[in-house]
Amino acid sequence: MSYYDFLFAIEVLVGGLLSGVMYSLVAIGFVLIYKTSGVLNFAQGSMVLFAALTFVSLVERGIPFALSLLITFAVMVALGFTIERTVLRPLVNRSPMTLFMATLGLSYIIEGAAQLAWGTQVHGLDLGIDDTPFEVGGILISSFDLLAAGIAAAMVAGLSAFFYWTRIGLAFRAVADDQFAALAVGLRLTRIWGTVWTAAGFVALVAGLLWGARLGVQFSLSLIVLKALPVLVLGGFDSILGAIVGGLIVGASEKLAEVYLGPFVGGGIEGWFAYALALVVLLVRPSGLFGQKTIERV
Amino acid sequence: MAVQALDAARLPIHWQKLALPAALIAVAYGLIPAYASSYLVEAILLPFLALSLAAVGLNLLTGYCGQLSLGSSAFMAVGAFAAYNFNLRVEGLPLAATMILAGISAAGIGVVFGLPSLRLRGFYLAVSTLAAQFFVQWALTKFGWFSNDNPSGVISAPHLTVAGFSLDSASGRYLLSVTTVIGLTAVVWRLVNSATGRNFIAVRDNETAARVIGVPVLRTKLLAFAISSFIIGVAGVLWAFTYLRTVEPAGFNLDRSFQILFIIIIGGLASIRGAFLGAAFIVVFPLFLSRLGAFVFGGLFDSGVLDMSQRIVLGALIIIFLIAEPNGLSALFDRLRRRIGSRSS
Repeated sequence: MSYYDFLFAIEVLVGGLLSGVMYSLVAIGFVLIYKTSGVLNFAQGSMVLFAALTFVSLVERGIPFALSLLITFAVMVALGFTIERTVLRPLVNRSPMTLFMATLGLSYIIEGAAQLAWGTQVHGLDLGIDDTPFEVGGILISSFDLLAAGIAAAMVAGLSAFFYWTRIGLAFRAVADDQFAALAVGLRLTRIWGTVWTAAGFVALVAGLLWGARLGVQFSLSLIVLKALPVLVLGGFDSILGAIVGGLIVGASEKLAEVYLGPFVGGGIEGWFAYALALVVLLVRPSGLFGQKTIERV
Repeated sequence: MAVQALDAARLPIHWQKLALPAALIAVAYGLIPAYASSYLVEAILLPFLALSLAAVGLNLLTGYCGQLSLGSSAFMAVGAFAAYNFNLRVEGLPLAATMILAGISAAGIGVVFGLPSLRLRGFYLAVSTLAAQFFVQWALTKFGWFSNDNPSGVISAPHLTVAGFSLDSASGRYLLSVTTVIGLTAVVWRLVNSATGRNFIAVRDNETAARVIGVPVLRTKLLAFAISSFIIGVAGVLWAFTYLRTVEPAGFNLDRSFQILFIIIIGGLASIRGAFLGAAFIVVFPLFLSRLGAFVFGGLFDSGVLDMSQRIVLGALIIIFLIAEPNGLSALFDRLRRRIGSRSS
């Protein structure tokens, strides 16, 4: 392997790692909800779509950037508490599978509503971020990807601080640990769930803006949920650290596989490669790399 | 009752329960071929029959055995493409043999993708069935051999003949479809009332307890995957050969898998009747909604709005059913019948 081949491999790897951060961004939203309520929220992808579409449509109607952001966040808060009220509360104490299927229905509603309200055309989204690649030691790196990684890192740091040093963060952890005990010491479960869904809505907003700037805001944005699922399986459903590491692994190996393995099988393998990778990892570690060992072994 | 059920190798058959199916079969073979318009057959009955069969198959796996699968349409695709290839490459293979071989192919793929179920449960398994969905769709598009080198992977139905009779007309395809569905449904009905069916339910309800009382859990799960995929594969053949006649791999996408899952949620989990009620609902509901929308909103209700409002209403119905009637239309139907029964007596 020549020096340039090596540099190319490194470039592919770095590009993959950075796009992996974008996957992690979506996966974190899942983890927040799974940790505190044991629900695998399939609607996370449509929440990303909903947030991005709302924001873009507001900006296109001449509302200033910051105000649009604020309004969209308010909408996500309202959405979070509405979901708690209308979907989660009536389904309390039902099996996790039932709740999962309910979020499938929920994702249909949110997708439909978002596009019914704002239309189905593709919107461009310009965050004013420069996307010219720059060179580090002979490797081209996208500055947009780097910034996205920075935002993701800041968000993870913020969320971790929130979980560890605030009262409500403590309450989140209590609920995640033991719902009955949390209820017994007087925590308001319903309000906490509403807040968690709001937090997930906020994560969806950030992910929606970054992904929207990348791909354009359109229906396919909700399909990033399918990119996030193998990341979750790989990292474990209940670990934020796992979501990050899983995202990095999926991003890097997907790009490397596409470049070095793809030509042998005709390309286009990014649709399933992450799933195959996740399955292999699961066969060795049935609850992901960082998940809690609550899965009963058969 | 419980003791009696454990004693007998098979649960007792309640013959009076067969009255309604018998009546339906009489309608299916007597009235419908004689009176149904070709629109009714082509646009409603053929998709209804194929989807019902797929839902019966998925219900066996998800409803009875408790293994959530999000990859049903991949197994439909395997069935359809396998049938196409067997028919193309084996000279003079009878239609019935083609369908059985297609089902066996789907069962084989089903077992492969069911293997993770030996180690994974719940969400981890559901996500891993997505691997089947994406992998199969990719393979069928990527490798031209599967579609006889059609550039876009499209396959067309061959001439359907049984013992020299052509079944290419609408009523012929209907008879083929209805016979297949009735036959396989009868098999499934016997199966869920047998010891194997009880093993499925035991594994679903409590795996550890099932193991303790001597249910071979691993074998039962793989068997559920195999039989369910077989049936879904045959449903795929019906979908491709009798309903659409021309299909591409993209026609068997994730939305189709969700559609089949929604059928069994709305119809009722662990209920054969539910699969049929749910499929009827899913097929008729968009037609109903478009008529209603056009009637209420007139020209404002274009196809885009229809598509979106269909998604919203469907999603809402899923949630409402899960909250208010977890056992689906099937339970609703039972309650209605009891109420009518108590009033007349």
